[in-house]
Amino acid sequence: MPRKRVRRVLTKRIIPCFDVADGRVVKGVSFVELRDAGDPVELARKYDLAGADELVFLDITASSDARTSVYDMIRRTCDQVFIPFTVGGGVRSVQDIRLMLEAGAEKVSVNTAAIERPALIEEGAKGFGSQCVVVAIDAKRAGEGRWRVYTHGGRRETERDAVEWAREAVERGAGELLVTSMDSDGHQQGYDLKLLRAISDAVDVPVIASGGAGEPSHLYDALTEGGADAVLAASIFHFGTHTIQSIKAYLTERGVPIRPVMPA
Amino acid sequence: MADVVIVDYGAGNLRSVARAVAHAGFEPLVTAEASAIPAARALIVPGVGAAEDTMAHLRQGGLDGPIVDYIASGRPFLGVCMGMQALFELSEEGGRHECLGVLGGRIVRFPFGMTVPHMGWNTVHLERPHPVFEGIAQDDYFYFVHSYHGVPEDHSVVIGSTEYWGVTFPAVVGRDNFIATQFHPEKSGRSGLRLYANFLRLALEHGSIAPAATTAS
Repeated sequence: MPRKRVRRVLTKRIIPCFDVADGRVVKGVSFVELRDAGDPVELARKYDLAGADELVFLDITASSDARTSVYDMIRRTCDQVFIPFTVGGGVRSVQDIRLMLEAGAEKVSVNTAAIERPALIEEGAKGFGSQCVVVAIDAKRAGEGRWRVYTHGGRRETERDAVEWAREAVERGAGELLVTSMDSDGHQQGYDLKLLRAISDAVDVPVIASGGAGEPSHLYDALTEGGADAVLAASIFHFGTHTIQSIKAYLTERGVPIRPVMPA
Repeated sequence: MADVVIVDYGAGNLRSVARAVAHAGFEPLVTAEASAIPAARALIVPGVGAAEDTMAHLRQGGLDGPIVDYIASGRPFLGVCMGMQALFELSEEGGRHECLGVLGGRIVRFPFGMTVPHMGWNTVHLERPHPVFEGIAQDDYFYFVHSYHGVPEDHSVVIGSTEYWGVTFPAVVGRDNFIATQFHPEKSGRSGLRLYANFLRLALEHGSIAPAATTAS
């Protein structure tokens, strides 16, 4: 019997994302309408067992009085989930990063605060290592081959060019970029492949594609044409349209290196 | 005194390591106290971050000597990620930093032009069987996140290897009573939990993680 040859390469990551508000999972459609999709820790457990490679929690309430619910959620997730997870949303300071890492997050993503005070990236990287500093970039098309960075959950336009900001963030110590297309987010019509390609060509850290997944082919396109190292998606998983397993099977058949889902 | 000691030298999140130990049914002591080390029956040095900071923290905390002495005493030791890299003589991360010197060799960066960190799930090819990998498949997947990797002087310390962009590097090193992984078993799902359980059971029930004489080549 010929032995099945194992491809010895780094696999592409499938990352379910949870938008969390007041300790509950919600998903924004183009950042406005919200639907409830359950308890974050239960969902995290479910996705760990289902074969997710990593998880992302974005706290979209981010009001200061609700912060303790985030740390509690991180601790409870860490107790039950043994795959890496990133937490972001409302991270303002190195102290916020420290508390999230101590509660059990593997990585912390920064967005608005990093734009307002880019030194936060350096401080986080120096204090805890680049590997746990993810810079999240919300980008919106601003002409052919150009994208503008938005902050405050996509509500505020900045002067920053997305590709230039990506480069600067990496120079300052970001270990990974989470790139969300605001044009695509919530529409399930596919990721912004040109944006992904422009950023993944510009930096040498892993790029996570976000915003627009509706079909398995969208994930495939982001990982190939878009040059992304990982794909993040929410609705496609949360509402049962597709399973991690079916998407992984789809990608594997098409030659994308993927960690297989282990039988329970 | 606790049997399972996790060394806390102030470099980030040890909670997931402690949880993985708890999942295996053991109660770890997470401590920065050097005095807890000599009494341990299983010692775990985890860690993320930079080599310079790691070594500075270990020295400031007076932990470097006790860790080296513990390993020399022949008792079971598990190093994870930075806890593996620290075992080498020298790290080239951010200059040249002397490490613990338990293993000959250096820590070097992946070549420029590659995507770093090497972040995500990759396969570990076992070059020889090891009891800590009992029940774990050949070429199973583990979670990595690192930009530097070990280059041991003596290849016989390599238990498992991994390939990234054509670079093959040691994913697991060890000798006799100590084993260390470049990947994070506490973030590697069921296979990683199995590794912790194997290590702890061997350490606490048998007092040894060494491959049995009969299976040694």
